[in-house]
Amino acid sequence: MSYLEYHVKRSPTGLSKVLYVNWALVLLLSAVASVGFLQLYSVSGGNFERWAEPQMQRFALALTVMFVVGFVPLWFWRSMSALGYAVSVILLLGVEFFGSIGMGAQRWLELGPIRIQPSEMTKITVIMAMAAYYDWLDIRKVSHPVYVALAALMILVPAFLVLKQPDLGTALLILGGGGMVMFFAGVSLWYFGGVIGAGVGLVTAVFSSRGTDWQLLRDYQFRRIDAFLDPSLDPLGSSYHINQAMIALGSGGWSGRGFMQGTQSRLNFLPEKHTDFIFNTLAEEFGFIGGVFLLTLYIGILVTCVIAAMRSKNRYASLLILGIAGNFFLYFAVNMAMVMGLAPVVGVPLPLVSYGGSAMLMILIGFGLVQSACIHRPRERA
Amino acid sequence: MKRPPKDNEESARRISRRAALLGGAQLVFAGALVLRMRSLQLGQAEEFRLLADENRINIRLLPPARGTILDRSGLVLASNVQNYRIVLVREDAGAPRAALERLAELIPLTEEEIERAEREIMRHRPFVPVTIVDQLNWEEVARVAANAPAMPGITPEVGWTRFYPFGAEFAHSVGYVGPVSERDLEALESPDPLLMIPRFQIGKIGIEREMEDDLRGSAGHRRIEVNAVGREMRELDRQEGDAGANLQLTLDRSLQAFALARLGDQSAAAVVMEVQTGNVLAMASAPSFDPNLFVRGISVADYAGLRDNEYRPMSNKAVQGAYPPGSTFKIVTAMAAFEGGFATQDERVFCPGHIEISGRRFHCWNRGGHGRVNVTSALAESCDVYFYEMAQRTGIDRINAMAERMGLGLRYDLPLSGISSGLNPSREWKRDRRGAEWVVGDTINASIGQGFVLSTPLQLAVMTARIATNRAILPRLVHSINDIEQPQPEHPPLGLNPVHLAMVQRGMFEVSNSQRGTAYASRIVDEAMRMSGKTGSSQVFSITAAERASGIRRQDQLPWNRRDHALFVCYAPESAPRYAVSIVVEHGGGGSSAAAPIARDIILAAQNGGLPPVEAYPAPQRNRIESMIRTISDQIGPAVAASSLRGRA
Repeated sequence: MSYLEYHVKRSPTGLSKVLYVNWALVLLLSAVASVGFLQLYSVSGGNFERWAEPQMQRFALALTVMFVVGFVPLWFWRSMSALGYAVSVILLLGVEFFGSIGMGAQRWLELGPIRIQPSEMTKITVIMAMAAYYDWLDIRKVSHPVYVALAALMILVPAFLVLKQPDLGTALLILGGGGMVMFFAGVSLWYFGGVIGAGVGLVTAVFSSRGTDWQLLRDYQFRRIDAFLDPSLDPLGSSYHINQAMIALGSGGWSGRGFMQGTQSRLNFLPEKHTDFIFNTLAEEFGFIGGVFLLTLYIGILVTCVIAAMRSKNRYASLLILGIAGNFFLYFAVNMAMVMGLAPVVGVPLPLVSYGGSAMLMILIGFGLVQSACIHRPRERA
Repeated sequence: MKRPPKDNEESARRISRRAALLGGAQLVFAGALVLRMRSLQLGQAEEFRLLADENRINIRLLPPARGTILDRSGLVLASNVQNYRIVLVREDAGAPRAALERLAELIPLTEEEIERAEREIMRHRPFVPVTIVDQLNWEEVARVAANAPAMPGITPEVGWTRFYPFGAEFAHSVGYVGPVSERDLEALESPDPLLMIPRFQIGKIGIEREMEDDLRGSAGHRRIEVNAVGREMRELDRQEGDAGANLQLTLDRSLQAFALARLGDQSAAAVVMEVQTGNVLAMASAPSFDPNLFVRGISVADYAGLRDNEYRPMSNKAVQGAYPPGSTFKIVTAMAAFEGGFATQDERVFCPGHIEISGRRFHCWNRGGHGRVNVTSALAESCDVYFYEMAQRTGIDRINAMAERMGLGLRYDLPLSGISSGLNPSREWKRDRRGAEWVVGDTINASIGQGFVLSTPLQLAVMTARIATNRAILPRLVHSINDIEQPQPEHPPLGLNPVHLAMVQRGMFEVSNSQRGTAYASRIVDEAMRMSGKTGSSQVFSITAAERASGIRRQDQLPWNRRDHALFVCYAPESAPRYAVSIVVEHGGGGSSAAAPIARDIILAAQNGGLPPVEAYPAPQRNRIESMIRTISDQIGPAVAASSLRGRA
């Protein structure tokens, strides 16, 4: 939105911005987070301090950050897109060379007392950069091979750096998020067909690299894929997790075993019960109804975002909102497919529900950008 | 940057189109997720519920209380007593080594025990209680309990273990229990899951082993909920098992104690039976051992001591020992000859001290000869020549058949370990086993219980009971199971001619009541208690020519293991028989000197229901007998169990 336009139409200023906040989105986000609080309380065996309380504190903080981000005018964020992207790539390179190892992967960067995970931030900055890129690019040139290649490079560089950490799940989310912005911007469908074909080729390459010097995935990642393909192969080894997760999910039945009555999670059979597999605890304790309820909330968030994107006549705002919504979709879709045994275990948390501050903060910063787009949507003068 | 409005509208339309396309795809994907949930949660819910329960529910067995074993009057021969042990939980105790060393300051623990315990502890998950030491006494447990605050993770616990209050007295008959071994498990087709419980005890020998199924009872179980690493979270339900059956035996503790004590430190066996019922009142095998040693886990040194003892303390000689019955077998030969019609009461045979049969000379034990003997005096004086003569006439087939009628060569169905059937030789047996034809010399040897004939003390007692009653008495050891009386075995009449039987009985009476009798020195003067018996001295080796040349004439000049076995069988009171006794003293020398006095003391004890009455003995012997009885009486003590569970060595 240009300064000129700002004067032609009117955007809310000052405290009146509060009136234009997309409250439906806030409500849905809070509802999803509350499901998380409930489940974290349950899986800790009724220990409020263990997971539920810190999660609530983080949510409160992240929600505040969301409002702050949302009250900042959108054109500020637009002009920050290129800078944010550059910082992300530099930080990812920093992780590559100076990062510390956590959980067998290089993900953290220690800058004095602050420990940051650049890969989380990159998910948002790539979407911002892609939206700004296509806002800048002449609409007739979006399918031009040079500009498509440029966009692809903008996505692939950070995705590759994240994959090297290695963090396959986040790399996929970056690829997906960026790719979706390209899709929304109108890049020819032929390119996407080509990428899908290339993806099939890549999978073949990854599998054929196994056991060779140029192995593209770590051994544990291969084992997870094996476990996904045939969970009964090795019930106490790498497929133990997915088997136990399926048992938790399946044993929930129609209405579940009751709050705090899930034996799989309460007795620790379920691995990562407070993070990646928290959906299974919900499905175990509240059954099919509980699972569908959460899925409905997620879809509600998507619908809210799509409506907001449609109402915005600003290309940057629309692409940004749809990109962030698409990223959010990938988040929960990959996690849910994974915990239901439809996808390999790649280590993607369930957004806003899984325990963890870093991912939640980035997600709400993303929705902060959505709020900013909603609040600062130019409106006809009354 | 300002874009023409057309551009803007085109952009917005394209975005909307693409958003609708991807949104649709997303909804399809969400639909797929719902379908997947439906199939797992609604379609396969029961399977998964079952799997979840399999995960969380463990079944733990509750060992049942083992049945106790009682004597005929209800005294406890084998009981379950509390057993104090120390268990350690690693996650509370910290480093096991340090914890064990602290513990070793309070209770005796060898370096070897510490190392074994440490290995055991590290094999289990940190929250699993591991038994470090077992069978502690109260003092030691109290010391540990008093120091408990200083030793987290180390707690005394109480369990149950087998205890034999009378120690060695019933070691052979009752037997003992011990922890289940690999061999025990291999021997079973489908072992009771109880046997997998660490340190579970099962019968190893004797009644404890043979009646294991009755004694063990059935396991109870508790269903517990466990978490992923197996830690018990709570108990879901519990079902107690059924305790094992209590057994009441026919054995009589005081008679058993007296018999064992009376056998003393000789290698010997004694059996006491009720002649009318076959109830075995005592079954002693000396020397004995303390079965409690085996329950605790016997030390290598103790075990070697038992194993290498030439008196074979671990063998139950009363049923496992098969001895040449010697002259006690003459009862069979005599009965066979009379029942076959080859001898008459008045016929006298001249004994010159030997007899020539097919060119070979067979000696009588009395080389001077007995002169003219009839059946009564031949039995009383144990004249070999008379029986050589009768055996020649009767033949081995009839002797073999009579021995079987007397219960020899049979394996009785008693719950004891390693029961020997002895050997009642026949022509077929020799042909099959030795590949040779039976010769008349074999018959001559068999007629006086030498050669191939082998009998166990139990069989000899049965034979005596049958002679006393003219019935096919069978032995009985278990009186009742859980207060349900076990049926008496049938004792059908033997059908021996009463006249013939009376002649043999008369001969046996004279053995210990006629001045010429071989056991006259062991006579009973109380007429109501008099016994009829038969001595036997069975040759194990003949005195060699070289030994004879070096001046050895008598048994006591030979080394122990070359002397004759001494045997004696008897029943009493002779007028109305109630008890039969058989005694075998391995390498004891002569039956009249080594076995008959023991038999007299035991049969008097049986008749008196306690200790033998001194008045029943001939007056000149009373002083000696009285002091002997006093010594034994002090040794066996009163009829209560001396109970001290354990002095850990």
